[in-house]
Amino acid sequence: MFVSPLREPLIQGHKTYKQISDDICAPVETKPSKAWFLATTLSGLLAINGFVMIGLTITYGIGLWGLNKTVGWAWDITNFVWWIGIGHAGTLISAILLLFRQKWRTGVNRSAEAMTIFAVMCASFFPIIHMGRVWLAFFIFPYPNTRGPVWVNFNSPLLWDVFAISTYFTVSLVFWYTGLIPDLALIRDRAKSAFTKKMYNIFCFGWKGTAKNWQRFESISLVLAGLSTPLVLSVHTIVSFDFATSVIPGWHTTIFPPYFVAGAIFSGFAMVLTLMLVVRRVFNLQEYITLGHIESMNKVIILTGSIVGVAYITELFTAWYSGNPYEQYAFLNRSMGPYWWSYWGMMTCNVVSPQLFWVRKLRRSVVFTFFMSIFINVGMWFERFVIIVTSTHRDFIVSSWTMYYPTTVEIFIYIGTIGFFMTLFLIFAKVAPVIAVAEVKSILKTAGDQYTGPNAVHKQDDHSHH
Amino acid sequence: MYGLYEDEEILIKAVKKVRAEGLKIHDCYTPFPVHGLDDAMGLRMTKLHSAGFIFGATGTLTALSFILWITTNNYPINYGGKPYLSLPSWIPITFELTVLFASVGMFLTYLYLNRLAPGMKSEIIDERTTCHMFAMTFEIDDHTTDAKKAEIRKVLSDSGAVEIHEKEL
Repeated sequence: MFVSPLREPLIQGHKTYKQISDDICAPVETKPSKAWFLATTLSGLLAINGFVMIGLTITYGIGLWGLNKTVGWAWDITNFVWWIGIGHAGTLISAILLLFRQKWRTGVNRSAEAMTIFAVMCASFFPIIHMGRVWLAFFIFPYPNTRGPVWVNFNSPLLWDVFAISTYFTVSLVFWYTGLIPDLALIRDRAKSAFTKKMYNIFCFGWKGTAKNWQRFESISLVLAGLSTPLVLSVHTIVSFDFATSVIPGWHTTIFPPYFVAGAIFSGFAMVLTLMLVVRRVFNLQEYITLGHIESMNKVIILTGSIVGVAYITELFTAWYSGNPYEQYAFLNRSMGPYWWSYWGMMTCNVVSPQLFWVRKLRRSVVFTFFMSIFINVGMWFERFVIIVTSTHRDFIVSSWTMYYPTTVEIFIYIGTIGFFMTLFLIFAKVAPVIAVAEVKSILKTAGDQYTGPNAVHKQDDHSHH
Repeated sequence: MYGLYEDEEILIKAVKKVRAEGLKIHDCYTPFPVHGLDDAMGLRMTKLHSAGFIFGATGTLTALSFILWITTNNYPINYGGKPYLSLPSWIPITFELTVLFASVGMFLTYLYLNRLAPGMKSEIIDERTTCHMFAMTFEIDDHTTDAKKAEIRKVLSDSGAVEIHEKEL
């Protein structure tokens, strides 16, 4: 296959297939370092603390939170939308970029998909614990029952959300595991101890790697990518319907679906960058997750960040242009009201910072990208807080105006989910290859630096497929 | 009997050469999907995606008929004077179930066709074929003549195989 010589090589260091396996499997095959144990213990403790707080909430009720009659949704739903949004990058990288044949996705898709699954798990805690009577959570599913039968309301966006999130989780898991099977087989075949071999053989389902296996693998990968692409767009669209179909000023807008989807991808890429910049350094994978990969992701951040910025300004303009006093007040209150700091925090982090990536030097700077990625995630958290809390805390009737402050329990539940997420990611990074080995090997001939780019030693024509 | 190759391009050329000589290849084992290998081996295109379509259509029909039955027959409820049969608001769930059925159904079919399951005993031809080697295998048994074996060995080494082994499975 011809590759333009202008394309940057995606695999550096003149790697052979054997070296690729050695490099990427090394973190799995070596003993965990002290730093890994420390990080896992720390995030594990935060997670346990979060679960204790969830336990308290379930025992004593959501009166432990700062919610009140006016502000019925606050931190919990903010965190839910934030986590779901983060999850979106994984599916975008693995599905949409596969359809667009972007080869750089092979370097980051495995970790990004893992991140998606863990983020959706964290997200799903919040609506469930917000129900109060968690033991009745199964009422949200339509199942034959003896209560009438009473069925769920199929016209409610909240029910659509149940279907969207559970489908999203299942499909992401299936997609991720399909890609993981051959790589787990690789670890099985490289394993020295019989026990490791046995364990990995269980988890790789006895993969053989015959021509027919791979043909079916390619088929299912393509179809799952095709299915996941509209799915990922639908999930955050439906999340935005939770707000957009209500009549609350500030929520009742038709731009919510595209605005939420762009914001989700924006925050998800920021989280992928935060994780990958650490992973590539700790595991010495700079030759597989190159500056070119980081630059490509930063370009997606410019695009989605700009869409988000335009959406903010459109919202503001429409509020003024609508002539609706409640709508106008909602936006005035956002920017000048008691929660002004969250609005301007959101504006700075999400509108200004992605624009800095127009400078190539900054786009390719690891340190700058790392700080920006954290900024963006803070900004996207503020965005959801602004949308949810500032739209509700000053109701239609002035007598119900109030303020919302999170309680310690709420704060620790949120920190707990971050701990839970990090624990799962750290464990994943030690038991499975963080880069899709088989997929990286399959692009070696077209994207390895011995075949393309300034250091190429082989002429491309020698390696064209027949 | 199997030959090991070090590069997928050599393997594809070898497959074509072996088939041109009229020998029957049992299978090929590769560490990653090699484009063009299935064509070279003369494999039929997989029908897996058709299974995916059927599962997806099942999901669509399940969602639509289930919601239709509940909202118009089993539990009709008047939501703000809106019609019982309100198709537009069923679209999200119908879509989600279509994707869910197609993905999960296709994944299970994929596992079944590839004989993949937890605890499945795998007959590993050579442990390097998931790492950096590409294997071409031939079935031989007690009735295979020495002349035939020699012929296979010759065509394997001529086409660039770096190692040739016999293994009983």
